[in-house]
Amino acid sequence: MKPISRVMIALAALSLLVLLFVPIWRIDLAAPQYPEGLFIQIYADHFAGDVEKINGLNHYIGMGTIHDEMFPEFEYLPKVLIGLAVFGVLAAVWGKRQGLFAGLITLTVFGLWALYDMYKWGYSYGHDLDPRAAIKVEGQAYQPPLIGHKKLLNFDAWSTPDTGGWILFGVLALLAGVYFLELRRKRPAKPITA
Amino acid sequence: MKRPLIVTGTSLGVIAGAFLLMNSLPGCRPSGTTKSVVTGDAASKVYVAPGKYDEFYNFVSGGFSGQMAVYGIPSGRLLREIPVFSVDPESGYGYSEETKGMLTTSHGFIPWDDSHHSELSQTDGVPDGKWCFINGNNTPRIALIDLGTFRTGSIIEIPNSAGNHSSPFITGNSEYVVAGTRFSVPMGDDAARDVPIKTYKENFKGNVSFIHPEPETGKMSIAFQIVTPGVNFDLSHAGKGPSEGWFFFSCYNTEQAYSLLEVNASQRDKDFIMAVNWKLAEQLAKEGKGKRVPGKHHSNWWNHKTHSTETTVYDDVLQLDPKDHPGLLYFMPCPKSPHGCDVDPTGKYIVGSGKLAALIPVFSFEKMQKAIAANDLEGDFAGIPVLKYESVIHGEVKKPGLGPLHTEFDDNGNAYTSFFVSSEIVKWNVEKLEVLDRVPTYYSIGHLSVPGGDSKKPWGKYVIAYNKITKDRYLPTGPELTQSAQLYSIDGDKMELLLDFPTTGEPHYAQSIPAELVKPREVKFFKIEENEHPFVAKGEKETKIERRGKEVHVWMTTIRSHFAPDNIEGVKLGDEVYFHVTNLEQDWDVPHGFAIKGAANAELLLMPGETQTLKWVPTRVGVTPMYCTDFCSALHQEMQGYVRVSPANSTVPLTALTVSVDAEL
Repeated sequence: MKPISRVMIALAALSLLVLLFVPIWRIDLAAPQYPEGLFIQIYADHFAGDVEKINGLNHYIGMGTIHDEMFPEFEYLPKVLIGLAVFGVLAAVWGKRQGLFAGLITLTVFGLWALYDMYKWGYSYGHDLDPRAAIKVEGQAYQPPLIGHKKLLNFDAWSTPDTGGWILFGVLALLAGVYFLELRRKRPAKPITA
Repeated sequence: MKRPLIVTGTSLGVIAGAFLLMNSLPGCRPSGTTKSVVTGDAASKVYVAPGKYDEFYNFVSGGFSGQMAVYGIPSGRLLREIPVFSVDPESGYGYSEETKGMLTTSHGFIPWDDSHHSELSQTDGVPDGKWCFINGNNTPRIALIDLGTFRTGSIIEIPNSAGNHSSPFITGNSEYVVAGTRFSVPMGDDAARDVPIKTYKENFKGNVSFIHPEPETGKMSIAFQIVTPGVNFDLSHAGKGPSEGWFFFSCYNTEQAYSLLEVNASQRDKDFIMAVNWKLAEQLAKEGKGKRVPGKHHSNWWNHKTHSTETTVYDDVLQLDPKDHPGLLYFMPCPKSPHGCDVDPTGKYIVGSGKLAALIPVFSFEKMQKAIAANDLEGDFAGIPVLKYESVIHGEVKKPGLGPLHTEFDDNGNAYTSFFVSSEIVKWNVEKLEVLDRVPTYYSIGHLSVPGGDSKKPWGKYVIAYNKITKDRYLPTGPELTQSAQLYSIDGDKMELLLDFPTTGEPHYAQSIPAELVKPREVKFFKIEENEHPFVAKGEKETKIERRGKEVHVWMTTIRSHFAPDNIEGVKLGDEVYFHVTNLEQDWDVPHGFAIKGAANAELLLMPGETQTLKWVPTRVGVTPMYCTDFCSALHQEMQGYVRVSPANSTVPLTALTVSVDAEL
């Protein structure tokens, strides 16, 4: 691969380390009684935002509470991110397209797994309701949207990538771009053997 | 308000009534009425659309309610009534164990007062939105309202004062808030105070106190008190700019009458404005020149961390006697029982408003300084030098109206003076002493107020009239009618009536400040981790119950929507139960109430993160309900509990529980 490609791969890999410090995803909530809005931010290793207020509200409808300790992901996610960054840097050093390909696949799988993991949690968060809840609405589940907007009783909920999420998408796009350009480069002619 | 004026006002009313009666004969009816004189598009100037904010906060004294009310201007909407000197059962102020201390004085617990004048704290002579002070006239006190919480932050009692009317006016950097006594009284030990009333001239003394609020905490203490001859002090204002370092007090009853003052104190053509060199007084006090004299008083301070009152009791006070310190006090003759004593924004002029006079005298600070330097005196009053009227006067506003009371200023060199007897506001130019405009008020205006109108930087958009009589202005409500204020625009050449709005209690005086100077200070809730109340429960796990002899203490919490504990047993007749209730919520606008049947004191209203204590003495055996009085959530009506009370000799063990459905399964 061209040196510029290798530098790009290394930079992309290192920028994954930023995800250790910035929020990756956010969920915004708004209701008539909350004109100022409520939000949760998901970091690699903890939640931030109005978690306590949301926990307080959710008990009316029997939703579980959210606490950092409930998520083993917060234990290993930082390690996975460091691993991915190291993998990317090694691929850049190695300089072979196969390395880049492997990195791209791994990162895509990681992203898909993260979305699936969030969906899975959101499903149980929104469906596993306390049967003794004070307010029960027939057929109503409170699963937050995976991405985009959803109406949940009196609340409007929006789920969107935060800084870290956008960086992750950026890294994926950059690696895919580099891979695409490398593919388009003329392949070295293979000796034709008769 | 002074009695003669009430009498005058009433007599005028009676004459006017008789006049109207005579004229109601056919053919003699007066033409037209002045009931509504609103012109142009007044409505759009005071309309604040739903969800929009007012431009100014207006802090209005509650008069005989003892409280302070907060209105939005220009809409005139009541935003809040702040409990200050009077108990407030809806919040538990003055009833909870923690707040009782705020209302204690050397006379014991005083659950009421008569609040007169509000004054905003200042930085560089301009209101800064940090605090608002208000005086208690009856049992002499000054309160400081914290504009972060809109709660009473501290209250100090003024010793040797008998009616704190000339108060709580402030110096340009909030160094001192003053308190001038309305009544002069004998001071000293018991023997010195137990004298015949007719010995007024020999034994009765006045005084003015300078109170220092600590900038960080708002704790108040009396820096020094200046003894004066026996007179009545009415109002006051600090100098500013060139007159910075001086304070001016209006005094009446220089006749030194002690009976039937409405006649006996209205004899002299001129009373005084007293000029105090407070910088000199401050220096003398620092040099230890004063004398500590008896003067027991309480200083009560609200601790936001422990959610409790801290009281300091002082036995004496530092007093300065002007006879020992020449240059400390001067009298300037001022026509006919002056009420208002107001310094213009430049600090060059002092306006006296002699409430029985038919002119407005304007004094020049520069001329006053020259007269002092030249020793240009017309004599002395009880040993205090009296400067010559002609030497200190800048000029008089001729024939402005009848009964000038109080003056404030705009930012264009104009003054606005209220006239009680002729019921009007008169606008005049301070330099030229020319009357520019006049508008009627409905009816009998007392004080008036321009936002920042007693400071270096008035926001001269409105003047608000605080009236003493409303008569036919509102729907009638029996013998007792609402009090009222009237809003006028002053940003044009002509004053224009925009709005009448009813007020609580009697609105003696008020001050306004742009909302953006106050809004950023607002506290939304108290942080539970900073709560240092000795009986706080910072979570349901910390709730408990404990017997200490006849006292039962309950560490209780509230959160939407239950109490923990909510089932209490083992209380016996003869016990005193102390509910220490902590509101665990940590979000804006989620208060909880706490009420128990048969409570002889009050309920509690707890802001998020706050702890307060209600004492309850059960009077009968049985199960007593308790519940939340603030609609806190969809399950508010479920927020309740029970206390079982057993006979005095019962052996029921003391328990406190919250029983979950799980336990029953």
